[in-house]
Amino acid sequence: MAFQSEEQKAAYWRRNMGLLGKLLTVWFVVSYGFGILLVDVLNEIRFFGFQLGFWFAQQGAIYVFVILIFIYVKKMNDLDKEFGVDEE
Amino acid sequence: MGIQGMTFLIVGLTFLLYMGIAIWARAGSTKEFYVAGGGVHPVMNGMATAADWMSAASFISMAGLISFMGYDGSVYLLGWTGGYVLLALCLAPYLRKFGKFTVPDFIGDRYYSQTARTVAVICALFVSFTYIAGQMRGVGVVFSRFLEVDITMGVIIGIAIVFFYSVLGGMKGITYTQVAQYCVMIFAYLVPAIFISIIMTGHVFPQLGFGATMTDGSGTFLLDKLDGLSTELGFTEYTDGSKSTIDVFFITAALMVGTAGLPHVIVRFFTVPKVRDARKSAGWALLFIALVYTTAPAISAFSRVNMIETINGQDQSGTPYAEAPSWIKNWEQTGLIGWEDKNGDGKMFYSGDERNEMKVDRDIMVLANPEIADLPIWVIALVAAGGVAAALSTSAGLLLVISTSVSHDLLKRNLMPHISDKQELLYARIAAATALCIAGYLGVNPPGFVAQVVAFAFGLAASSFFPAIILGIFHKRMSSKPAVLGMISGIVFTATYIIYFKFVNPAANKPENWFFGISPEGIGTLGMIVNFLVAFVTYKIMGEAPQEIQDMVESIRYPKGAGEAHDH
Repeated sequence: MAFQSEEQKAAYWRRNMGLLGKLLTVWFVVSYGFGILLVDVLNEIRFFGFQLGFWFAQQGAIYVFVILIFIYVKKMNDLDKEFGVDEE
Repeated sequence: MGIQGMTFLIVGLTFLLYMGIAIWARAGSTKEFYVAGGGVHPVMNGMATAADWMSAASFISMAGLISFMGYDGSVYLLGWTGGYVLLALCLAPYLRKFGKFTVPDFIGDRYYSQTARTVAVICALFVSFTYIAGQMRGVGVVFSRFLEVDITMGVIIGIAIVFFYSVLGGMKGITYTQVAQYCVMIFAYLVPAIFISIIMTGHVFPQLGFGATMTDGSGTFLLDKLDGLSTELGFTEYTDGSKSTIDVFFITAALMVGTAGLPHVIVRFFTVPKVRDARKSAGWALLFIALVYTTAPAISAFSRVNMIETINGQDQSGTPYAEAPSWIKNWEQTGLIGWEDKNGDGKMFYSGDERNEMKVDRDIMVLANPEIADLPIWVIALVAAGGVAAALSTSAGLLLVISTSVSHDLLKRNLMPHISDKQELLYARIAAATALCIAGYLGVNPPGFVAQVVAFAFGLAASSFFPAIILGIFHKRMSSKPAVLGMISGIVFTATYIIYFKFVNPAANKPENWFFGISPEGIGTLGMIVNFLVAFVTYKIMGEAPQEIQDMVESIRYPKGAGEAHDH
């Protein structure tokens, strides 16, 4: 194991879980939140020619999904470097 | 050259391309056959995953389906894209680090039990077979519609092509042909969409045209127009659904989680060199998929407005049949669109109430698009090639899961542990060839339940694999029996509910009889919860996994030393 100590290892995993938690919260909010549970409320708002809730359900959430994965890739690569467990 | 000749030419050229790639990418070892030697570039793998993922059904039917469902169609858009976030964040990197060949490999080793492995193999085979039969049917339908050969002949041609590159090249051949197939598909999907968007809204990007005003000079937004037309004609408003919120929620979740649990999707992430690549590759895969999935709902809206205006006329009084555009008459011959002059006025009329005189198949929305937009014949031929590519790429990916499950999980890891790599490779090829013949048979003689079951494969994957893999990674103390009991109770619960409402008592399949208003399509989500609950409760009673397993789980959590996929 490339970690300096057990604490380092635990810290890496905690940071990883923290990142997962944040990203999955956004994932849930844009799709299940904006696109499904709150769709009627958001549909009161106009976004170009769309009703906002409808736009999230058929367009917006998908864009956010793609961005989330690339943020995850970036953050995890940084985390791996910080803890010295990145692959050369 | 006519449409027919052009279609033969373009489809023929794509076939030559696939064959060329197959010869170039022959597999020499089981590792090349199962995971393409673990050396696929992440962007290439992303493209291959996207091709693998998009089946004939999503290429041909999805836009049409959404066109008829309006807002309710969002379940497919969200469900079939959101799963990749779960896959990228919670599964792909860890399974890559684990570094074996298959999902049953992971389940079997992580839960240190042949029972667990066997349960996983059975689930994988069941899911893949129902899926591939549907794909083979799709190949047949595409061939017969575009090339006017009969369905049986179409299926046989399809089998011959897939046989050639998957039996010869395994994962390596499949991956590189899928990259080519993705390019054919995306081009075929976007070209007509862009033209229609320009015609109807003046926007090049269908995603923007979707929310723009119409070019007919009225200044109304496309979607407002569509809502207005829908209400007038007795349909539900386009941007408002008719499913209950809880059902939309559960169906979306079942599709998302099911996507992340499908073996032929997961296995793609074993083919990249590093953990870092597995993460990145999932991002690229979703980007390539999103190109199609954000275009689809735009096509749905454009073609619905277009269709209603063509049939009912600008003033909504009906278009005389004698003046109907040629695409209506062309597609009438295939039975995808039909007109019955109920009130005898010689005019066509489409509506959601008793005034309706039209029968419109959802597939026409994509298939007739190039003709509706008056595009050149090479575009029509291209759509045919795209449909064939979609069907072939998905079949090949599924075929690989089946052959791997048999030669690797069943024979090598279970029944015949002492066979050599060469023998295993031979068995893998035999298994692939056999599976292809079975799939072909099912494609020619589809059992009535295939179409229905394909949709439920997601629910079954969601209620069985997904929780077992998640617990296997994120709960290192989770032990064997609780996980197996969880998988069995999840899949049994889900399958029972589906079988009851779909086959035993289809008459009762109504919202008021459903559990909390959850339809059979969405029940997989509840099955997943059952799986988790059973696993947790029995874990409390049965105790934790042995130390060496916990150490193994620890080791897959960190990328360093992911190495290459293990040889056994």
